Amino acid sequence: MSKPGNFDPKAYWQATLRLLMVTIAIWFVVSFGAGILFRDALDVVHLGGYPLGFWFAQQGSIFIFVGLIFWYAKRMDKIDREHDVHEE
Amino acid sequence: MDLKTLTFVVVGLSFALYIGIAIWARAGTTKEFYVAGGGVHPIVNGMATGADWMSAASFISMAGLIAFLGYGGSVYLMGWTGGYVLLAVLLAPYLRKFGKFTVPEFIGDRYYSQTARIVAVICLIFISFTYVAGQMRGVGIVFSRFLEVEITTGLIIGMGLVFFYAVLGGMKGITYTQVAQYVVLIFAYTIPAVFISLQIAGTPLPQLGLGGSVGDISFLAKLNQVVTDLGFAAYTSGNKSMLDVFCITLALMAGTAGLPHVIVRFFTVPKVHDARMSAGWALVFIAILYTTAPAVGAMARYNLHATVNTAVASGGDVFAPEASIQGETRPEWMKRWEKTGLIKWEDKNGDGRIQYYNEKSKDEAFLAKVEAAGWKGNELGSDKKGKFDGTVDRDIMVLANPEIAGLPNWVIALIAAGGIAAALSTAAGLLLVISSAVSHDLMKGVFAKNISEKTELMAGRIAAAVAVLIAGYLGYNPPGFVAQVVAFAFGLACASLFPTIVLGIFSKTMNRGGAIAGMLTGLIFTLVYIVYFKRDVLLGMEKLPDSAWFMGISPEGIGVVGMILNFVVAYIVMKMTAPCPDHIQHLVEDIRYPRGAGAAQAH
Repeated sequence: MSKPGNFDPKAYWQATLRLLMVTIAIWFVVSFGAGILFRDALDVVHLGGYPLGFWFAQQGSIFIFVGLIFWYAKRMDKIDREHDVHEE
Repeated sequence: MDLKTLTFVVVGLSFALYIGIAIWARAGTTKEFYVAGGGVHPIVNGMATGADWMSAASFISMAGLIAFLGYGGSVYLMGWTGGYVLLAVLLAPYLRKFGKFTVPEFIGDRYYSQTARIVAVICLIFISFTYVAGQMRGVGIVFSRFLEVEITTGLIIGMGLVFFYAVLGGMKGITYTQVAQYVVLIFAYTIPAVFISLQIAGTPLPQLGLGGSVGDISFLAKLNQVVTDLGFAAYTSGNKSMLDVFCITLALMAGTAGLPHVIVRFFTVPKVHDARMSAGWALVFIAILYTTAPAVGAMARYNLHATVNTAVASGGDVFAPEASIQGETRPEWMKRWEKTGLIKWEDKNGDGRIQYYNEKSKDEAFLAKVEAAGWKGNELGSDKKGKFDGTVDRDIMVLANPEIAGLPNWVIALIAAGGIAAALSTAAGLLLVISSAVSHDLMKGVFAKNISEKTELMAGRIAAAVAVLIAGYLGYNPPGFVAQVVAFAFGLACASLFPTIVLGIFSKTMNRGGAIAGMLTGLIFTLVYIVYFKRDVLLGMEKLPDSAWFMGISPEGIGVVGMILNFVVAYIVMKMTAPCPDHIQHLVEDIRYPRGAGAAQAH
């Protein structure tokens, strides 16, 4: 593989890892956080007919996972282009 | 047309479709056989992944599990979807860049070791066979229940079909039949759910219906009230320890990301970018079923109670004698499903009526009311080998759901086709990774390196054929514990393959010794813990009390501890053994950058 001249592998990997940490943090907060650890506290609040913690555990976390993956893919595309390692 | 004929027609049409696709998508090269030529569109791959992923257990059993577990069922919902986030950010794009055909191949190359590759093959075969046996059993069960043929006949038809398109078409045939199977199964699942949501909550979207209202209170509040009136735990509360719920969810997530038949699906797309997008699309298609399932479960639970106790819907006194329906006039669907043993009525107090409640309740006030009403035990359950068992079989919640809700016959026929589609698509995906592990990793990779592509393709087909036969045998003659063990495949994947692949990508220095030691530690620890605490189902020995669990973690969640051990042992052994060579560090560097993925085929 030929790398472009201005390519900084360290900076690229740092940017990738930063995005990875943010993504994993959101993943953790909506499922393990809202759906399990803080469920009881959230259940006091209601979303329609759903207690909020229950909603996160059985609906919300799944919706957010879907959005999260597309958001991550979009941000990674941007990082790839900025560091000129995107695919032709 | 009667129900049976209609079911034959619908199932027959779906089979004709799969066979047609299989003939159209025959594999001519090993690349087509292993990764469908590597040019599958990310949305198509996402849909195929959805069908591959959603097994007989997801389709038939999950909603029923949730129905009886309530909040406790959340572990499956979050666990079996959250893994796709891990796949998208930790594994799929990098393994796609690596650009080979199998998971053991990555592990063998990355850890420059044939031993590592063979250990990975062992993990893969163990995980995949336990899983596939459950699928074949599922095919047989659906056949026998809906079409009233012997389980064996159903099994042979299912084997014949999988044989045809997996052996002929390899990954290419499987991918396109899975797309068709996804369409069949998702319609079969959502159509009854839409009708039921309309009936109960007045909205066609089950996801809104579950949060909707009946009369002047919310549906979930109503359900809580109904089940607690009958002595059960409130639907929206859980009864497992928080640590255990945490561990089970994490084990299912990491296990999902470590399952070889899921990972290889991401080898079939053209680019790294597509691998990321495809994970998102896969989860979109999975989420349609997974966000519907909790509504199906909760509403089926409500319908079941409302069917046998008229006071549930009217809001009257559930203990009033005339509230419980008379056994003689019980609905047709109940009589029909009694033949399968999934549901059974036993008149314990001889009043000719059906009392369905939690006889194991410890609530004194509730038990006093039960006593006063003259109830002598729960009368609705299932038939376990001729004896009355006090729990209704959870599978009935999906299988009989359209009948409970009084939906037309074509919806019932669709459920049969959907259940078979879910089981076949997963079985085919599993059989393919088993056959490629044998032909590509063991033969081409280790024991018979000089074989030509044509011979390898033939070996792949023979391996697939043999795997179908073994899977069929396991489905026909399950070693008693298959159903229970399927869930443990996740624990094993979580403790063995997942950490080793992640380290292979995110650590440049992780070496051969560390990886092999870590994988073996994770696999063996998890396996031993499961066998030790499931000795009653696995070995027929006396059951150990749950209080003996390590830190209160159930065998379902122990994969997380196995994963931690894998990481720790891998790190310690790495420090003590020869460092990772330079050219491997360059390889790791290379898989981190997307450019050049199309060309990175070392074949």
